[in-house]
Amino acid sequence: MVDMASSATGDLNLRNITKSFGDFVAVDDLTLTIPKGSFFALLGPSGCGKTTTLRMIAGLEEPTSGSISIGESDITHTKPYKRPVNTVFQNYALFPHLTIFENVAFGLRRRGQKDVKDAVEKVLSLVELGHLKDRKPGQLSGGQQQRIAVARAIVNRPALLLLDEPLGALDLKLRRQMQIELKWIQTEVGITFVHVTHDQEEAMTMADTIAVMNKGRIEQMGSPVELYENPETVFVANFLGQSNLIEGHVQSDSGAETSVDVHGSRILLPSSRNRGKEQKVLVGVRPEKINIHTSSTSAGKNALEGGVVTDISFVGVSTQYQVEMPWKQEIMVFEQNDGGAPNIRKGDRVTLTWEPHFTFALSPES
Amino acid sequence: MPYLLLLPGMLWLIIFFILPLVNLAETSTKTRAASQETGEFIQTWRFANYLDAFKEYQPQFTRSFIYALLATLLALAIAYPLAYAIAFKSGKYKNILLILVIAPFFTSFLLRTIAWKQILGAEGPVVFVLRSLHLIGPDTTITATSFAVVMGMTYNFLPFMTLPIYASLDRIDPRLLEASGDLYSNGVTTFRKVTFPLSMPGVVAGTLLTFIPAAGDYVNAAILGNPTTKMIGNVIDSRFFRIVDYPTAAALSFTLMATILILVTIYIRRSGTDELV
Ligand SMILES: Nc1ncnc2c1ncn2[C@@H]1O[C@H](COP(=O)(O)OP(=O)(O)OP(=O)(O)O)[C@@H](O)[C@H]1O
Ligand SMILES: [Mg+2]
Repeated sequence: MVDMASSATGDLNLRNITKSFGDFVAVDDLTLTIPKGSFFALLGPSGCGKTTTLRMIAGLEEPTSGSISIGESDITHTKPYKRPVNTVFQNYALFPHLTIFENVAFGLRRRGQKDVKDAVEKVLSLVELGHLKDRKPGQLSGGQQQRIAVARAIVNRPALLLLDEPLGALDLKLRRQMQIELKWIQTEVGITFVHVTHDQEEAMTMADTIAVMNKGRIEQMGSPVELYENPETVFVANFLGQSNLIEGHVQSDSGAETSVDVHGSRILLPSSRNRGKEQKVLVGVRPEKINIHTSSTSAGKNALEGGVVTDISFVGVSTQYQVEMPWKQEIMVFEQNDGGAPNIRKGDRVTLTWEPHFTFALSPES
Repeated sequence: MPYLLLLPGMLWLIIFFILPLVNLAETSTKTRAASQETGEFIQTWRFANYLDAFKEYQPQFTRSFIYALLATLLALAIAYPLAYAIAFKSGKYKNILLILVIAPFFTSFLLRTIAWKQILGAEGPVVFVLRSLHLIGPDTTITATSFAVVMGMTYNFLPFMTLPIYASLDRIDPRLLEASGDLYSNGVTTFRKVTFPLSMPGVVAGTLLTFIPAAGDYVNAAILGNPTTKMIGNVIDSRFFRIVDYPTAAALSFTLMATILILVTIYIRRSGTDELV
């Protein structure tokens, strides 16, 4: 077992993994590679199959079809206790009859490791809970239990650490602090982290790579910047940050630049950013990329005219405008409060402009 | 004000527990005056009653505790796997199996024990099978032996052992077992390190619920035993109701109670379950 845990290292590969519960398909033909040593986030709404995916990697659930391997070794049918994988469970699952110390020492003792005391004390001080080592889990707060759950897993130095919403129970401040700590621990010990969350901000700040999951499928995978700047589906565009999506029809495509008719205005975008398959597309632009003007200036930019400001909210670093377009759609605009913002009031008629290279287009069915 | 809610309970306890106990204690030091009729005793505070009673019935005392211990261990050996199977492996048959465990309670304790006499009797199925297999000789019988008494007690107290163990096993969060597997324990280790320790409250409750009534039991020894398998319960029974020697019977009852109390206290201390609940 000791050998198994240390020898099987390498990239984690899921190939065509499907998991059905009766008629219900919880994970649908999932294929992905998680490079060794990376911080990988699985992001998606509740019930999309994140926990099920993790459980299959941990061996707690058998895939209906497909295979799982770490490096060269296929672990699809390996028993959980023989996998070089540890899990931080969504509900902590600390052993109520054991002290905090013994909880953390559990995995080390099973593998007959020496110097258990040193290793446990080191990891307990890493999560800053050394002083609680003689308590039982029931005597800890939710956040402390969560940190013990992390400590109990990482102390084993697995090839792969699976974290199922490990920060869910923490308040915002502790959550940010733990995010930084987890990220630090990950770089420090150099093991692969697969972090499940439905908090997009958490995924963006921590992960090298994010896979956005929806209804048992991966919608898109890539670096946080890639996903944010270049979403490929409507779901991703709305799940990661906010997007304005406006219906339009493709007029021409030069190969480098695509021109779209949006309610009578001509909107340009790089052809590489057009994910639409047919003439009808949804043109997208992030609220902070849009500039708001009272006059109609649109030199070299995409512009939409005839909007009416229906709501303004001041949020410190920026001001958020809600603009109703002639076709009755509300568009969000964020302007930095850097002194350059125009003096606009509710009810003003405005023109919205943005650079063509910030524009993306999606297939409406995606 | 909240103490008012305790009133009915306190009254109950005083009338049906404290008062009889005081009465029993008082009876235990009485002696029979020569002139008096049967059943009439005078209070002489003769604490030597205890010593006399214990000296005379020491074998029955020892036997009671040995039988009770054997029955408890046997019941544990049968009940634990049974409770485990019901809690973890029974699927949709869980409720049916639980009902089967308590089903014997629908007939009288006495009747069931008498039925065992038939089952273990010379013409019964058990003897027949054992004889056919040549495990016992043609003249050996099972009834009226200490074996039959211990078997009877094991049978009668089995549900009291099974139910608490089942309850504590059923309460175990299956995710803890998954966590144990995730932390490199195979099935056996998970049982030793997680399942069994977490079921300890049930084991302690079950063994107490079996051992305490078994130590004071007299029905099984009376129906399934012989004169050499008499337990302390049988002695108390005959002292009270046949010989009408109330002081000795009371002294024996008190000694039994005290011994059980001491044993139970030691047991609970050693099994360390006070922290577990
Ligand atoms: N054992 C099971 N039997 C039947 N359906 C299940 C089972 N486990 C999970 N499911 C279903 O599979 C789907 C995915 O569940 P999963 O636990 O993976 O969601 P999740 O993405 O982790 O959600 P959350 O963010 O709420 O934790 C859900 O619709 C759930 O109801
Ligand atoms: Mg989940």
